Amino acid sequence: MSPKSVVIQAEPETPEADLLDEVHHRLEGAWRPEKGFIGWLSEVRHTAIAKRFIVTAFIFFALGGIEALLMRIQLSRPENGLLSPDLYNQLFTMHGTTMMFLFAVPIMEAVGLYLVPLMIGTRELAFPRLINYSYWIYLIGGLLLYSGFFLSMAPDAGWFSYVPLSGPEYSPGKRVDVWAQMITFTEVSGLATSVTLIVTIFKQRAPGMSLNRMPLFVWTQLITSLMVVFAMPAVMVSSSLLAMDRLIDTHFFNPGEGGDAILWQHLFWFFGHPEVYIIFLPATGFVSAIIVPFTRRPIFGYNAIVLSLVATSFIGFGLWVHHMFATGLPQLGQSFFTAASIMIAIPSGVQIFCWIATLWGGRIRFRTPMLFVLGFIAIFVAGGLTGVMLAAVPLDLQVHDTFFVVAHFHYVLIGGAVFPLIGAVYFWFPKMTGRMMSERAGKWSFWLLFAGFNLTFFPMYQLGLQGMPRRVYTYLGESGWTDLNRLATLGGLVLTAGVVVFILNALWSLRHGAIAGDNPWDADTLEWETSSPPPSYGFLYLPTVHGRHPLWMPRENQPVVVGLQDNRREVLVTHTLDAEPDHRDIVAGPSIWPFVLALVTGFTFITVIFTPWALPWGIVLAIIPLVCWFWPRSDMGRVILKEKA
Amino acid sequence: MTRNGILTILAVAVLGGCEREMRPPEVLPSSAARPRPIVRQTTLQPGRPLAQAEGRGPYDENAYSISQGQRLFSQYNCVGCHAHGGGGMGPALIDDTWIYGSEPQNIYATILEGRPNGMPSFGGHIPEQQAWQIVAYVRAMGRLVPKAAAPGRNDHLYSGESPQASGPGEELRQPAEHPR
Amino acid sequence: MNALAFLAGSGFAGRQSALNPAGPQAGRIEDLWWLMFWVCTAVFVLVMLFFIAGMVRGRRARKERGVEAPMSVEPGVERRMMRTIVAAVAATVITLFGLLVASVATGRSISPLRVPEDALTVKVIGHQWWWDFEYQHPEPYRIIRSPNELHIPVGQPVRILTTSADVIHSFWVPNLHGKLDLIPGRTADTWIQADRPGVYRGQCAEFCGHQHAHMGFLVIAEPPERFAAWWERQRQPAPEPATPLQQRGRQVFLSQACPLCHTIQGTDAGSRVGPDLTHLASRRTLAAGTLPNTRGHLGGWIADPQSTKPGNLMPPNPMKSEDLQALLAYLESLR
Repeated sequence: MSPKSVVIQAEPETPEADLLDEVHHRLEGAWRPEKGFIGWLSEVRHTAIAKRFIVTAFIFFALGGIEALLMRIQLSRPENGLLSPDLYNQLFTMHGTTMMFLFAVPIMEAVGLYLVPLMIGTRELAFPRLINYSYWIYLIGGLLLYSGFFLSMAPDAGWFSYVPLSGPEYSPGKRVDVWAQMITFTEVSGLATSVTLIVTIFKQRAPGMSLNRMPLFVWTQLITSLMVVFAMPAVMVSSSLLAMDRLIDTHFFNPGEGGDAILWQHLFWFFGHPEVYIIFLPATGFVSAIIVPFTRRPIFGYNAIVLSLVATSFIGFGLWVHHMFATGLPQLGQSFFTAASIMIAIPSGVQIFCWIATLWGGRIRFRTPMLFVLGFIAIFVAGGLTGVMLAAVPLDLQVHDTFFVVAHFHYVLIGGAVFPLIGAVYFWFPKMTGRMMSERAGKWSFWLLFAGFNLTFFPMYQLGLQGMPRRVYTYLGESGWTDLNRLATLGGLVLTAGVVVFILNALWSLRHGAIAGDNPWDADTLEWETSSPPPSYGFLYLPTVHGRHPLWMPRENQPVVVGLQDNRREVLVTHTLDAEPDHRDIVAGPSIWPFVLALVTGFTFITVIFTPWALPWGIVLAIIPLVCWFWPRSDMGRVILKEKA
Repeated sequence: MTRNGILTILAVAVLGGCEREMRPPEVLPSSAARPRPIVRQTTLQPGRPLAQAEGRGPYDENAYSISQGQRLFSQYNCVGCHAHGGGGMGPALIDDTWIYGSEPQNIYATILEGRPNGMPSFGGHIPEQQAWQIVAYVRAMGRLVPKAAAPGRNDHLYSGESPQASGPGEELRQPAEHPR
Repeated sequence: MNALAFLAGSGFAGRQSALNPAGPQAGRIEDLWWLMFWVCTAVFVLVMLFFIAGMVRGRRARKERGVEAPMSVEPGVERRMMRTIVAAVAATVITLFGLLVASVATGRSISPLRVPEDALTVKVIGHQWWWDFEYQHPEPYRIIRSPNELHIPVGQPVRILTTSADVIHSFWVPNLHGKLDLIPGRTADTWIQADRPGVYRGQCAEFCGHQHAHMGFLVIAEPPERFAAWWERQRQPAPEPATPLQQRGRQVFLSQACPLCHTIQGTDAGSRVGPDLTHLASRRTLAAGTLPNTRGHLGGWIADPQSTKPGNLMPPNPMKSEDLQALLAYLESLR
């Protein structure tokens, strides 16, 4: 593409309606959604894929919630015979695995897939077919895990699957193999999405959107995606080593033959700790995005927040041993990780202070998305402080693997990630569907969730200090833990009610919600410039920006980008740091081959559970869809309209 | 392995998942309700041969039971004579030679009744359920159970001592010193 | 602290609670806990005060100035907020550093390096799902094994060496100390000390399979003389059965499946797969702290262990009721 073929010019004062209609018609043609079943499988537009991700992830959230509710009911009485120990072990393993791998990371990435192109002023992500593949591989992995559940093959060694319990001797059968392979699915999916987001954010921002003018939401997506790239391989390696130990009798984790059970813990937690920041940082992006329109002011301390995000991501890779304080590692090493775990409170604290300052200096509208942001601040600060407690080795040695830890991480994960996520749904639902969610149901859902959450998890701090360990399917009556457990179960019911109200609100509002305009919240970022829902092509003309709050500081004659071809799928590629236009590029159009490749690789990974021969055969088979996918074509985006003479 | 082979294994393994993965498996009904099948040690019969007794052990396809059989095989000191299948004082169990038959009921009878030349009689000393679990493991050693249910490697050191000899928990070998 | 006394206690009436320390390590950890609790509570309250004040101020500002014209900020307020935040961050850093120092200091004070070389040493071997405590002694004939019940002398440090026979378990007696994982293939050590006599309950704190929930144990701290007497008794083999019923009971024991897994010293039963039963009647609980050691519970446990601890490795032992009674009579004689 000739670098000089893009012209930035001012939008005409009074655009001719015919001209705009023609442009719209041609863009619609190039970017239209696919029809038919094959078309649905081949769909690559980021909005469509993101919506699939979001719906699927929320279904997994509901399943994980049901598992949690069953556990809470089991624990409401001592020596309860409702669930057998085997079923309970499967339930807590499935709950953790579902929430961490099938819900939390995919949903955060999915919201990014939907919003990042719109927020940075481009039409599509950099690698649309890769995103398509990423969704299918994620879905197949989730289906693998849950069909395992119905075949009594659900993993039962915990979501962290410590060896030797999860090794070949103590976990017979294929349960843990299902877990290990599901990891492969979700991690491949995560890596594909992250790579796409990184490239899109770096190279496709609207002209004028230098890095220091990028919305904080986009910053979090960028940093999170980079963390994924560095963290996910560790768990892929460890799950592959475990699969090898189980399938082909290697001895990576066998202490009897020179392996080490601790190796598993190091590899897993090297991923596991960044994983929780991978879940948390996008949520801070939601908060930063929501708090601005509802305080009617720019966020306080943009630079400080960006630096905090970067610091968190770096320090987050140096914390993992705090999950292993009880294993008897040398004291000096443990102290290093105590220091790092305490230190990470500083950037998180800076973010909290900046948000509070934004509130202080703003004019607050207490609408539902804002309520969830406020609830997040309260709960997350509490959870973070208990994290500082857990960072201290002596104290951790008492409360590690007790309900104290369960309370802590639910405070930071539900308070720190799910609350902002639900607020984000309320906030961006109008943009995605064109309808507002019910405000009254929203407030009800908030208070039910807030009260239910605290009622469920606050007693668990006390339970942990009183000696109740984790992952126990029952407890003795004389333990004295009954009352607090009963209280927690009651809270769980209230929490469930809140979730149900939220989901019903969303489903009802799809049909009956008030029609939303382009910008119902009067927000400041670029996605609110499009219609609700956005057209398939995003922006009629790609915008340019001159500040951090494009819609709040409109300039007369703000230029738009012209010169992109509108009869095929083109985007503008800009420089990384300052977003100067560089060249045009074609992005891929719809294709069935990612789906076929997902089927082939999915089949390979699943069959590897049963025989190692699946791997060489699968690699050979996968060559076919790969070749078809990457076969060079000069018209990757379809050309549909011939130029008029 | 042909593609068909893979598909077959996949279908069988997945669909058989229910029984393979159950744990703990159903407790066997008491022996009163479950008469012991006649165990024949020769195919020679007068007149027409009667129908063969069922060829499947109750735990042949249950991975948990085979794993328990593996544990019991060590703990009840079967390894003392049979090693880990290679044999020693007793015959090897990983080959295709079965002196007293390889059907589940044959192996069960061997364990319970004992055999000449040194095989003890465990009847009445070990519960029947555990005996059937050991039967399943012995058949697994002889590659007579579905591959998906067969146990993986042990987490112990094989060469030289058995775990039984050195007692539970004592380090069998320190491959590398683990500093405190 | 008195106002919060209700937080202590509970957890097996305080016998499995980190807030009811009975030894120096748990005591120092509890001190660290209260320090961190109060500091973190103060921080939380402070942050919430600013948070609520911010919300109130923001609400008032909206009521006064409406929601039009976004982007307006007051430079003076911004500067003050910047200074406040810088001060807050500085305070945070100092506070966190203080907590770090407190943590490291506590860690050093409870470190295993402080145990004298000749301290009583107990090797803890974790099994699915019971504990084997092997008391070390330079003279091998004085070594004893005591499953599921750990007696220690009051006021003396006891070194604990940990390893596992199968999967990862975790040795945890909250009243006395934090936990230490039992990892197969590795030996780690810690130390405990009880400063007052009592019975403290511990529980496995690392998920280890089906019956992780029922893997408890007792730590009984007693005066040194009583401890030494206990050790001597544990060294003795099982007494000869005194009555015909007990003799029949021993016969039942030896002819059933029992000797294949259990040891009773002084008889032919010598298997080390399951717990040593030589002094079964001297212990307070059965099944790793799950059942009280009474005749009824023992009978029920022997007849069908799977109903109490489904999935554990002891099979059901159906037998005639006279045999069971005789067996119970014999086992009750094993003090």
